[in-house]
Amino acid sequence: MPGKLMRLVLLAACALAATAVAQAPGNDDEIARNRQALQEDNPAELWEARGEALWSAKRGPKQASLAQCDLGLGPGVVKGAYVQLPRYFSDTGKVQDLESRLVTCMVTLQGMAREEVVKNPFGSPEHQSDMEALATYIAGRSRGMRMNVVLARPEEQEAYRLGEKIFYYRAGPYDFGCVTCHGADNKRIRLQALPDLTQAKGAQSAYTGWPAYRIGAGEVRTMQQRLADCFRQQRFPDVAYASDTVTALTLFLAKNANGGTMNAPGVKL
Amino acid sequence: MNIARKSVIAVSALAAAVLVACAVSPPASEAELEQKAIVMMKQDFAKLGPQWVARLDQDEVQALCTRSRDAVTPEVGKEIQTRQLATIVYPASGKLMGDWKKGEAIAQLGRGLQFSDPPGSPAGGNCYACHQLSSSEIAYGTIGPSLLHYGKLRGNSDYIQRYTYGKIYNAEAYAACSSMPRFGHNKILTQEQIADVTALLLDPASPVNK
Repeated sequence: MPGKLMRLVLLAACALAATAVAQAPGNDDEIARNRQALQEDNPAELWEARGEALWSAKRGPKQASLAQCDLGLGPGVVKGAYVQLPRYFSDTGKVQDLESRLVTCMVTLQGMAREEVVKNPFGSPEHQSDMEALATYIAGRSRGMRMNVVLARPEEQEAYRLGEKIFYYRAGPYDFGCVTCHGADNKRIRLQALPDLTQAKGAQSAYTGWPAYRIGAGEVRTMQQRLADCFRQQRFPDVAYASDTVTALTLFLAKNANGGTMNAPGVKL
Repeated sequence: MNIARKSVIAVSALAAAVLVACAVSPPASEAELEQKAIVMMKQDFAKLGPQWVARLDQDEVQALCTRSRDAVTPEVGKEIQTRQLATIVYPASGKLMGDWKKGEAIAQLGRGLQFSDPPGSPAGGNCYACHQLSSSEIAYGTIGPSLLHYGKLRGNSDYIQRYTYGKIYNAEAYAACSSMPRFGHNKILTQEQIADVTALLLDPASPVNK
């Protein structure tokens, strides 16, 4: 592993250097090649392994594992679950994404307090995140499968339309909506390419790469964190973890990404 | 069958139809859905307190642009621009071009008004996030047009100075549903800072015009 990590650090340095010295601004091919190289040594493996262990560990006041957790394909079925989420769950009467569903399972099966589970969901050097590990493990079990979100129920159709409303909602001191940066193709912020999330191509490439190991953070980040950070940069207030707002927006993006091949966990600068 | 009996049957059938319709409620209208989305967001963005939730309240421009997905009719667009133009405040000194060096620092700085920013820390203009400006800065975005050689191409007449300052102060005054923040109108930058960015664009000595 130290050898692998060393290679990763070198590759990351190369990727950054390539970006810095690129004569033609936004040398996207070069950046893409370096991303590909990074993908082959993805530290997210560590999160996947920890998530797998957490899934079957007896935890919480009820000393139960998550083995009976229903992610939409029946209790305990992990393989292929991620590519059909978010979806409606009859036991909660809600449309849920992976992470809000995990919260439900931790509360109902393991007896944990919801406030505790959602309090500090994003990892840092001082704090390992169980949610990020579990989400990475579960997403990894859909690797190579196609996104297949079906709006079969009226609740799902409405959540999609709510997500669409949120996507186009411009507000705050900067007048930004998601659409300001993600409503057209071939745009960049500085050198960061921006996917057009209203089109299948952009939504597929963006959605299927999360969760991802972020080299800058040294952590795996999930769709919950990605969207929360977009809202922060949009100058919106801090959004609640595993909230209906994030689920609706995630459903909008996931449905638009249908047909794309899940490639998570990814690796990103 | 007498008429009274027929009426009872008809009324019963109607009542049954109404009941079926209620059981499968029709999809929400656009307006209902919009209200639902706003209520939901106000709940889910409540963590930092009411002064932050207030950021979700839209002004006229934000509401019109959201509902039309940034494609208002030419008539509405013209009304927006007229009303926004009236909000622009020009410096009392009449000096619209400040210090381009300060303007460059403002153009580079991306921080400001995020909940993660230290309270009271000055906001930048973050111009490079979306625009090419000087040829020496290659890390520029492309959401907005390139502004390289902006002043070299336009000169810096009073008219151009007034337009440029005004555009930075309130972009909606010139292009309804623009992606560009209203830096003066929404108090992101001060009048003095806007004059500094105006100088970055128009001063012949600025790297933008080299």
